[in-house]
Amino acid sequence: MPGRVAMPKQPPGERRKNFREVALGLTPELAVAEARRCLQCKNPPCVTGCPVQVPIKEFIGLIGQGDPAAALKRIREKNLLPAICGRVCPQEVQCEAKCVWAKKGEPIAIGALERFAADHGAADAAQPGRAVASEASPAPAASTARPSRARVAVVGSGPAGLTAAAELARHGYRVTVFESLHAAGGVLRYGIPEFRLPKSVLDAELDGLRRLGVEIECDVVVGQTVTLEDLWAEGFRAVFVGTGAGLPHFLGVAGENLNGVYSANEFLTRANLMRAYEFPETDTPIRTGRRVAVVGGGNVAMDSARTALRLGAEQVMIVYRRSREELPARREEVENAEEEGIEFRFLQAPTRILGDERGQVVGLEVQRMELGEPDASGRRRPVPVPGAEEVIPVDTVISAIGQGPNPLFIRYTPGLATTAGGQIAVDENGETSLRGVFAGGDIVTGAATVILAMGAGKEAAHQIHRRLEGQL
Amino acid sequence: MFPIIARREIAPGIHSLWVKADRVASKARPGHFVILRLHERGERIPLTVVGTEPEKGLVWLIFQEVGKSTAELAGYSPGDALLDVVGPLGQAEPAGKVGTVLCVGGGVGTAPVLPRAREFKAAGNRVIGIVGARNRDLLILGREMEETCDRVYFCTDDGSFGHHGLVTDLIPLAQAEHGPVDRVLAIGPVPMMRAAVAKCGELGLPVTVSLNALMVDGTGMCGACRVTVGGVTRFTCVDGPEFDGAQVDFGELSARLRQYAAEERLAAERFAARRKGGECQCRGA
Repeated sequence: MPGRVAMPKQPPGERRKNFREVALGLTPELAVAEARRCLQCKNPPCVTGCPVQVPIKEFIGLIGQGDPAAALKRIREKNLLPAICGRVCPQEVQCEAKCVWAKKGEPIAIGALERFAADHGAADAAQPGRAVASEASPAPAASTARPSRARVAVVGSGPAGLTAAAELARHGYRVTVFESLHAAGGVLRYGIPEFRLPKSVLDAELDGLRRLGVEIECDVVVGQTVTLEDLWAEGFRAVFVGTGAGLPHFLGVAGENLNGVYSANEFLTRANLMRAYEFPETDTPIRTGRRVAVVGGGNVAMDSARTALRLGAEQVMIVYRRSREELPARREEVENAEEEGIEFRFLQAPTRILGDERGQVVGLEVQRMELGEPDASGRRRPVPVPGAEEVIPVDTVISAIGQGPNPLFIRYTPGLATTAGGQIAVDENGETSLRGVFAGGDIVTGAATVILAMGAGKEAAHQIHRRLEGQL
Repeated sequence: MFPIIARREIAPGIHSLWVKADRVASKARPGHFVILRLHERGERIPLTVVGTEPEKGLVWLIFQEVGKSTAELAGYSPGDALLDVVGPLGQAEPAGKVGTVLCVGGGVGTAPVLPRAREFKAAGNRVIGIVGARNRDLLILGREMEETCDRVYFCTDDGSFGHHGLVTDLIPLAQAEHGPVDRVLAIGPVPMMRAAVAKCGELGLPVTVSLNALMVDGTGMCGACRVTVGGVTRFTCVDGPEFDGAQVDFGELSARLRQYAAEERLAAERFAARRKGGECQCRGA
């Protein structure tokens, strides 16, 4: 039995200097070979690991038969954003973890194959990013589609909102997505860098949604530009809220407002959404400095560190208070970061940011930690090692320690119940305290993954359908 | 796209702009701001809403040429359109009836003061205006303030109009001439707001300021606009832009406003050079 194929990648020495996609995608030969490793299990366990139940066995079988177009069509029955999921889903803890080959350490490369189907299955799929073509767009699922034509509003165009919009459009609803920024995609636009998710891929998926009849209106802050009351008055019959975890946490240490301290959201937004890496050809500047410390151990921290490197930083460090085993980032992204020369400082917690007389960062003071007893999350709690402090000389500190719920829709929507953590409270059907208003994704769960948000958006769309059909 | 209906230079380098943005016009209230973007390569520019004509869907903005983007915007005329206008943003607590209110504007800061002054007046307050500028030419909205307020004091740094001196000289004068002051609103450059807050502190007057921190998204998502208020980090975009002046760390705000000084200079110089070179029609990519 041949082993799992390796994803071709740009060599680390080259890619650390450009923003082009790191993972190049499987060739047709590699994809067919990998697909043929699939055992086509009678009761495939992989699908149980997928939050949106993609027919994995079936689409892989079609790739093995050399028919990526048919494979893409099968995927799209369950997942309308496969070019994105194939790239950013943490398959290693989802579908691939359930693959029978995982026991041997060589699960089928499901994510790479999903991406292959998306990139090669469309009629005009000559290049990555041309993922969606009309031929591959799904016909409305005949059994469920009834052209009720009621209007449904979706607040936020991130993974949850886009998925909800797609599902609702397939059910025949007229969907308008409202986005507060000037470009759609939410975290897929402002957060995930070009080298991991090319914007052309996102744009192609958005075009696919528009072909389903979804309208996307940017520059609208629901709550301020239009209120929920306005949406009802405009004739919307239901609302899905997927406003995400868009309120950055800062470190809570002295010096956090010095110049040179960024939230990961700000750093990535300047680079991705505002294309600050092209300054002064674009108007938004970014300051990377020579030495950069990124605090945190998740995917956002990896994205920030690797972006800083590509912007010209000489030394980029990840400062994480636990050890390698506890890193929440995808293993693949950690490996990519290490290959590119990102340094990891484990078991170090920031205690202070030092600045000069002009208010500019000059150093990050860290406290050495060791692992103690497991905490509520099951991970061993880091505890300070007395007397072990150190100052790392840096020009820039990027705080990538998580985000809270964005406050705007909640603040300006009277009667909307929230949890103790400030998230929107929903019932078992995803409906909020306001009838007809559903919510899902990070605004309900707290910061999580793209695919979980997509799962929530999809489920909410079904519940909205039930509500509007009088079944809820 | 958001069409420009009118643009006029009301003082050297200071422009009045009317833009059509129906949804914003129907919702904006005194204290709100918008973020606009000129073109695909443009940055997001926060500007306070000076006024609206909701029936016509119009939003009134006033801006000063301070860098590349505002210099570029100064070249826009009716027939042109802004790529993006989003808002209203920020918190805009309605002004209640508090008694006598001093509305203090410094330079282009008079623009955000005017809608608040009008609102205070409409709410039944006695409103005293103080309007300052570097010189007579740079003094804006004098007539509008006089139409709004019960009395307006003027001052210029060079004495070319009104009192020769600073707005801080006029705060105690206004108090002496009009009796007890219940509330002060002071908006302008950071040194002016800082001095006004100090003066109000001496006089025991509560003072509100409106901060012009650097922003990117303007919806709480990035934290670029964070300021320390009362020892706590707050976001100007969603927690402000108005704050209790006595609580604001103006030193930190000043430093943060200078964060991209070098880049701003570079962009402005490149733009000026290109414009001089006759490539004026550089409306983005």
